[in-house]
Amino acid sequence: MELKDKLVSSFMAFENMVDIDAPVHDVRSEAIKSFEDLGFPTKRDEAWKYTSLNSLLKHDYSVFPKQENSLEFSDVKRYFIHDIDSYKIVFIDGKYASNLSQTTHDGIDVCLMSSALSKPKYRLIIENYFNKAATKDSLSSLNTAFSQEGAYIHIPKNKIVEKPIQIIHFSSGKESALLLQPRNLIVVEENAHVQIMERHQSLTDNAVLTNSVTEIFANKRAIVDYYKLQNDKPTASLIDNTFIKQKRESHASVHTFSFGGQLTRNNLNFYQEGERIDSTLKGVTIIGDKQHVDHNTLVHHIQPNCESHQDYKGIFSDRSTGVFNGKVVVDKIAQKTNAFQANNNILLSDKASINTKPQLEIFADDVKCSHGCTIGQLDDSAMFYMRSRGIPEKEAKALLMFAFSNNVLDSVKIPEIKQRITKIIATKLGVDIGFDL
Amino acid sequence: MLKINNLHASVEDKAILRGINLEVKPGEVHAIMGPNGSGKSTLASVIAGKEEYEVTKGEILLDNEDIDELAAEERAHKGVFLSFQYPVEIPGVSVTNFMKTAINETRKAKGLEDMPAKDMLKLIREKSELLEIDRKFLSRSLNEGFSGGEKKRNEIFQMAMLEPKLAILDETDSGLDIDALRIVANGVNKLKSKDNAVIVITHYQRLLDYIVPDFVHVLYDGRIVKSGTKELAHELEEKGYDWIKEEVNA
Repeated sequence: MELKDKLVSSFMAFENMVDIDAPVHDVRSEAIKSFEDLGFPTKRDEAWKYTSLNSLLKHDYSVFPKQENSLEFSDVKRYFIHDIDSYKIVFIDGKYASNLSQTTHDGIDVCLMSSALSKPKYRLIIENYFNKAATKDSLSSLNTAFSQEGAYIHIPKNKIVEKPIQIIHFSSGKESALLLQPRNLIVVEENAHVQIMERHQSLTDNAVLTNSVTEIFANKRAIVDYYKLQNDKPTASLIDNTFIKQKRESHASVHTFSFGGQLTRNNLNFYQEGERIDSTLKGVTIIGDKQHVDHNTLVHHIQPNCESHQDYKGIFSDRSTGVFNGKVVVDKIAQKTNAFQANNNILLSDKASINTKPQLEIFADDVKCSHGCTIGQLDDSAMFYMRSRGIPEKEAKALLMFAFSNNVLDSVKIPEIKQRITKIIATKLGVDIGFDL
Repeated sequence: MLKINNLHASVEDKAILRGINLEVKPGEVHAIMGPNGSGKSTLASVIAGKEEYEVTKGEILLDNEDIDELAAEERAHKGVFLSFQYPVEIPGVSVTNFMKTAINETRKAKGLEDMPAKDMLKLIREKSELLEIDRKFLSRSLNEGFSGGEKKRNEIFQMAMLEPKLAILDETDSGLDIDALRIVANGVNKLKSKDNAVIVITHYQRLLDYIVPDFVHVLYDGRIVKSGTKELAHELEEKGYDWIKEEVNA
């Protein structure tokens, strides 16, 4: 059976597992219809021209894992940022792993989507926010249809959350092929501040496909910093659909670090629904073998006097392929918009490739929008300069690439994350860094 | 120390150096002057080992060893230093860490351990004072957003850190105001010893008031067409290069 048909027919089984009288169930039922109409995207869709899902869709995925699995913290410690105090929401094969987690209801809610969807005290927030940012595209619809588990985070007004929150999804490999569809909802009220990091990690070589939807609402003057670490196994793939709605004077940033996985597609969408909003989208991609990373970003400037900053760097070796498709829309009333976009790439092999496409749709006349993309090899004059100081070719090359990608880390606010990423980048590039650059 | 015999070099099949002969002994300062496009910077790059330049004939001997086959970094390890006319901006690498890497890679090539962090710090402090460089400057990205003067001062700071045997200063005076020129020249003079040598490439005589050469050579059309002492530099300053060109063409 085709995966699409299998999913559509699984929906009935899913309905036996959840409360179909809950208001969200109408949303799910509508979503499965949308997915049924749309099907999986193909290369004929403009937004999927350079990324094919075909090789992923041929697996016979388990949609509902049969058994509950557990892991010991010591076995998976290295996938956590473990040297800081943090809240943790951890899942194994899509099921909540309480022994690895540290949730809270003390002043803030850091807990599970399943409880938010079922408990009356969350009803109002679910009504106001659930599926209010996600689009009705096929993959988001598919996720919405099966939305049941994931992270639920609610930060009330004026609350500054000191500890970062880690959301980690493990797949144990108990199923020969597994489809995961986590659904996260993050609501940050007026003047509140939160930092979140997210990771998907397969623990075996069995096929895993994750189709995740995260909705983030940053209300007036809220600050949200989100870090995505994508360093998965070559048999694991991720379609990340993230939607961020911002109200006036809020700041939201998403850093995406893509270092591994078979296919990674990041659909990252920002909607600026007020004035003086700041949005930051940054990414570092360093891949090799036959890996594929696709960044598909949208920043929609809906109101005047806002800023957006996009900076994506990529280093591609072997037969790896990259896509950057960055769309900026500036509505007619969104005057005095400052929108910056940069996508710089280095290809280290003749077989590696990157397709980069900025897309600007500007309807206002008093705006500053810039975009630039480069694809190149390393700068010869910089190489000669470094070598003439005694730094050998290999080290000079590594140092230049390290500097090239490390630039993006300047805006990472959590030192432990910065350090971790720096280390991964250095290891990827074969630089021995006994120092901070 | 340096002996260049009948050196011919070309870039993309265009001959630029057409038979250079030059000998530099320890303790000497040589100035190479000449009109634009005469091959001065090419000569500097060829000695330092820039790969785009191809030596088609002749040889470059450093302490009697032919260095033509050596990579730029290997020449650096043997004590060759080039102060760039246009230092390259390298975002993301701080001046300090660039120098640490350069020094430790050079030590590694000589079979030495990394320099202890404390000694490195002391060395950096000492040499940055010599060039009157602000400490804050050292944590900035290499040459990024530096003024022309800052870039040149940074080049001589690197030279001071690496203590080369043979330093080639390519148009180090261009873009320097008189104060910066004095600081840079003072730095170079303090580093001079009986064991090392300096080649100063310049278009103008101005720098040579501060770094006094033992010999002055005029490069024209890829050859050294005239050599003399520092008086030759004054003569060139007064009369320009036209008389040299006429002499050569006659």
